[in-house]
Amino acid sequence: MTPAVTTDPPVAVAADHGGREAARARTRALTSLVSRNGAVAVLVLVVLLGALLVPSFGSADNLRNVALAASFIGIIAAGMTFVIISGGIDLSVGSTYALAVILSAQFAQYGSFTAIAAALAACGLVGLVQGAIVSWLRLPPFIVTLAGLTGIRGLVFYITHEGNDHPLIQGFRVFETFGTGKLLTVGTPVWLMLVVFAVGWWVLNRTPFGQSVQAVGGNDSAAELMGLPVKRTTTIVYVVSGLCAGLAGILTTALSGGGQEARIGDSYELQAIAAVVIGGTLLAGGIGSMVGTLAGVLLLFVIQNLIVQGANLNSYVQQVVSGGFLLVVVIVQAVLSRRSGSAEA
Amino acid sequence: MTTADTTWRARLTDRAAVLTWVREHGVYIALLLLVVYNVVATANFTTVPTLQLLFSQLPPVIIVSLGMALVIGTGGVDLSVGTVMAIASAVLAKMVIAPGQGGFGAPIAVAILVAVLAGLLVGVFNGVVVAVARVQPIVATLGVLVAGRGVALVITGGALVELFVPFFKVIRLGKFLGIPYVMIVAAVLAVIVSFLVRRSAFGYRLLAIGGNRRASVLAGLPVKQTLITVYALSGTLAAVAGVIATARLRASDPSYIGLLMELSAITAVVVGGTALSGGRVRILGTVTGAVLIQLLETTLVSHNAPDSVARMVEALIIIAAVYVQRPTRRSR
Repeated sequence: MTPAVTTDPPVAVAADHGGREAARARTRALTSLVSRNGAVAVLVLVVLLGALLVPSFGSADNLRNVALAASFIGIIAAGMTFVIISGGIDLSVGSTYALAVILSAQFAQYGSFTAIAAALAACGLVGLVQGAIVSWLRLPPFIVTLAGLTGIRGLVFYITHEGNDHPLIQGFRVFETFGTGKLLTVGTPVWLMLVVFAVGWWVLNRTPFGQSVQAVGGNDSAAELMGLPVKRTTTIVYVVSGLCAGLAGILTTALSGGGQEARIGDSYELQAIAAVVIGGTLLAGGIGSMVGTLAGVLLLFVIQNLIVQGANLNSYVQQVVSGGFLLVVVIVQAVLSRRSGSAEA
Repeated sequence: MTTADTTWRARLTDRAAVLTWVREHGVYIALLLLVVYNVVATANFTTVPTLQLLFSQLPPVIIVSLGMALVIGTGGVDLSVGTVMAIASAVLAKMVIAPGQGGFGAPIAVAILVAVLAGLLVGVFNGVVVAVARVQPIVATLGVLVAGRGVALVITGGALVELFVPFFKVIRLGKFLGIPYVMIVAAVLAVIVSFLVRRSAFGYRLLAIGGNRRASVLAGLPVKQTLITVYALSGTLAAVAGVIATARLRASDPSYIGLLMELSAITAVVVGGTALSGGRVRILGTVTGAVLIQLLETTLVSHNAPDSVARMVEALIIIAAVYVQRPTRRSR
């Protein structure tokens, strides 16, 4: 790799130089705009192309199903966006999600409110513990949440007697309408996902907490020197992620009526991280977008659906295409972000 | 003799020095304690079959962890290792199966070579995406994790393929002086990797990049080649582990082989005292970490603790290990 030494020749004509600068700035702005909103653009493009080329894809029924399937990972990814913008990562969300699935089903016998409250409390607590370890003991989030992934999954297996219990919801419960209900023909999980993203966008961009999250992710020492509550912010971010995973789990139980396996949600953390990254949020922290994540999640599920509907490929090839798609997106993003002149060696 | 004596006494009375020593050697102390506990409390622990079973389970995770330690030393991470094991297994199956049944009917030596080359290839791909395209390692290898298992499943058509290869019996059961061949292979690989890290120019470059990539670029180090080599080594080692796992299973099962191996390997490396931030690699610690985790599971199983409890204990061990070895203010 050649050292990044600037070898620009001395400026000969000032006006010419200015013109070149302006042109360069324009290209830079354009590429940065594309890389920041790329997921939305690609999503629109893929949906339009899909609707034109694959007749069964564009039907209202199919689109409703795609949105419903995407809503669970979507809610998890919303929480993950906060964690990643703060400069961390949460590998435990798949296990936390499973905890909520199992707990909400088990507690459904004591009423809907208890079921929702117990599951959310457990998931919030799990996030709180991990967040506290990350911020107060200053341990790397990757490791802490990796331990969370293992330990919480162990807890889920413990609760279900090594995965032998598949708790069912007995009789009709109010909270089942959250899962199975519909509003304007679209399932409630989809609406809840949109609400989560709307609230997430507002919190991230319009509240002091959101500003604090972005500052901590950009440079935590600087944020600390500015007097921002770095430790509290970092802790809350993991609580938010836990609660989002919990909500997704509750909705899954509500939709299915329970009876899920203890290993549900395996590798959901990877899908959520993929969605966040496709949405243009940098893993380095500091920069990210809720809209991008929403587009990223929808894109993942639209592509999967197109493969099934259009090409009629088997599930192995689907995996190849999803992984390949993720690779293409991140490579293009990396190349574009360097083109747009971010100062990194 | 006397000088050594006094320095030891001085060290023992210096509380900070003792703490530092414990911090540096935590994983070895933990393993020692666990072994002592087993010798005392676990029935039949010191019998040959128990130890041989343990030794036959260890090699794949040790070998994968060696490559992972190198990658983590550069400040990266390789999530694709489990998938690479599956690809190597699938390629191996495709190569040895008779031509009449959709394979190539290659001799086992050629088949193993091609399987390992496949792992090398995936590793080079990872390296190029990380070093040249400058994608964050965790995302680049995540893409390969997802796509690669699909590739492995496509190669074998998705099903478990039973393989009848006489040489697999040698891999599975062969012993030299009572030590399984695979364990010797793992040990030799560990020595080679350790030599690479401590004594070779490549090792110094690797640690320099992990310590400060920008400075390494400015110092004129061949950063791209080094990174690509590191990921290639990780892929190659994972493929070797995939071949061993296939031989143990006597079948290629791409949807199962190497599943969650990336997490076990990262755990072994981290518990062994290699910092995730890069710039430092501890090979002996990594091997010890892998042995510790495996022995912990064996111990819990032999004391009738359910799998769920084993997982929770493992989580606590990970946190405790990283906490004990966290950088102190002085060394930061």
